[in-house]
Amino acid sequence: MATTTEATAMKPGVLSLTDRLLPVATVLAFVLALWYGGAVGLNRAGAIERILPNSHPNGDWTTADLITTTLNMERPVLPAPHQVAADLYSSLVDWPLDSPRNLLYHAAVTAQSTLVGFVLGTLLGIALAAAIVHSRTLDRALLPWIVASQTVPVLAIAPIVLVILGSLGFSGVAPKATIAMYLCFFPVTVAMVQGLRAPQRIETELMHTYAASRLQAFWLLRMPSALPYLFPSLRVAIAAGVVGAMVAELPTGAQAGLGAKLLTGSYYGNTVGIWSALVMSALLGLGLTMAVAGIERLVLRQRRVG
Amino acid sequence: MNAPDRRAAAAPTTPIAAPSAAAPSAVEVRGASVIYPSAQANDQPVHALSEIDLTIAAGEFVSLIGPSGCGKTTLLRVIADLEPITSGQVLVNGLTPHAARLARAYGYVFQAPALFPWRTVLGNVMLPLQIQGRPKAEAESVAREHLDRVGLTGFERKYPWQLSGGMQQRVSIARALGFEPKILMMDEPFGALDEITRDGLNDQLQQLWQRERRTVVFVTHSIAEAVYLSTRIVVMSPRPGRILKIIPSTLPDHRHLGLRDTPEFMALAHEVREGLADGHGHHH
Repeated sequence: MATTTEATAMKPGVLSLTDRLLPVATVLAFVLALWYGGAVGLNRAGAIERILPNSHPNGDWTTADLITTTLNMERPVLPAPHQVAADLYSSLVDWPLDSPRNLLYHAAVTAQSTLVGFVLGTLLGIALAAAIVHSRTLDRALLPWIVASQTVPVLAIAPIVLVILGSLGFSGVAPKATIAMYLCFFPVTVAMVQGLRAPQRIETELMHTYAASRLQAFWLLRMPSALPYLFPSLRVAIAAGVVGAMVAELPTGAQAGLGAKLLTGSYYGNTVGIWSALVMSALLGLGLTMAVAGIERLVLRQRRVG
Repeated sequence: MNAPDRRAAAAPTTPIAAPSAAAPSAVEVRGASVIYPSAQANDQPVHALSEIDLTIAAGEFVSLIGPSGCGKTTLLRVIADLEPITSGQVLVNGLTPHAARLARAYGYVFQAPALFPWRTVLGNVMLPLQIQGRPKAEAESVAREHLDRVGLTGFERKYPWQLSGGMQQRVSIARALGFEPKILMMDEPFGALDEITRDGLNDQLQQLWQRERRTVVFVTHSIAEAVYLSTRIVVMSPRPGRILKIIPSTLPDHRHLGLRDTPEFMALAHEVREGLADGHGHHH
């Protein structure tokens, strides 16, 4: 026991499993309680109006009956967590991976456009930042437009982009990836402008004394200095990319993807389906963000500042 | 910019402009001034350096010493093409500082080690060699050899943060010497270190200079350090930054830390201190 305590004390950054799980579990319990409470409250009216009169024609239902009913409705206003979990579980287990009833299939479709858009957006963001830090003119000319581009709501831009790209013969992943890219590049650009300017004067002068070219200074000094700025922006970007890809799936009448699943769910009033698609997209975003964080830890594992 | 650099590096001895063909001094400064325009309209412009004349022969160890604001670092930076002069002339190996920098004539050691935290010790020493386009295997063996010379064999795979301040500065010296520059410029390289570490590094630097007889221009504010290391000591004074006195060393060529208790050493240190005090008295 003593050794465990000692080891934990020696490495202040490393928390034991219970230390890490406890706060997360506490928040989860709180959210679930709130969710169940909300489900009872929001579904109450519908249950009294539509369901309880059928099961108890003479109106002799108890509070317990009401609560059970509100938590197990077929079309609740707010489905209870266990309903969403059951729906998710059955979609993952009861259907093959390539079936449109399986949510993993939709998650994979969305993930594909997200990842393509994320890679393109990251490259665009880095290229823009490199141009901006190397040219005073571009710094003044580009930055206002880049900021302005993000004030246009993506919901408005998505149909326009889809129509234009569609008329040019692009369909499938390309238009969706374009919208994802549109949301991805911005955080990367902003972070990389700062990151590429992060080298200290003494480091820049050192490269100067070696008569290093601008290209060498970029790859050997600026880029490595910018990596600690890049990765947090990538985590923001990939989450934004999921949103972009899903928004792009809405106006196309797409058959597949979590966005399409959300849309069909709302068409047919299948609230449980909407919520399980929502939870799936949250899990997808979480998974992708964790993947980026994993790469970050791998790339920056030897770094320590100070 | 890249292509001409490479060519210059391949033939660093090619004289581009060497009027006095005989043996150009390592560094020649003639009537050099650096004047910063005043920050406010009614202020006088700042004379960081005023009419500096200094010739450093190849193989000398010259220290620039003086109180802060005397322009010793500015003079070093001017020679290294890190700062432009307002008037006068500076030649490094017979070239302008700019051409000399492109020809990789000098290695520069800053006050801080300025090691890249994402590179290992070995990677840091390999950096300038990599920039010069040397093959990786060659760069690595050269870097290993220079790490050995500063006594850091076995630390190649460590990262800078795993090293003490003194060791970090030794890495930065190995890095500056790796590409065999003719001139080594050092700007208060041991200023931030404790005295014991500093003594050790002074001794090592002295031995290094004895072995290789590279030209060294060394900026310091420590009298003991300047006297112990130099063949000549340049005493400077502020407002305007100027040279007060150049004191040639009377100490024997071979030096060890024990010398610091000898009468010759004390006399020399006294002379430097007097020189510095002169500058001070001058002003008040």
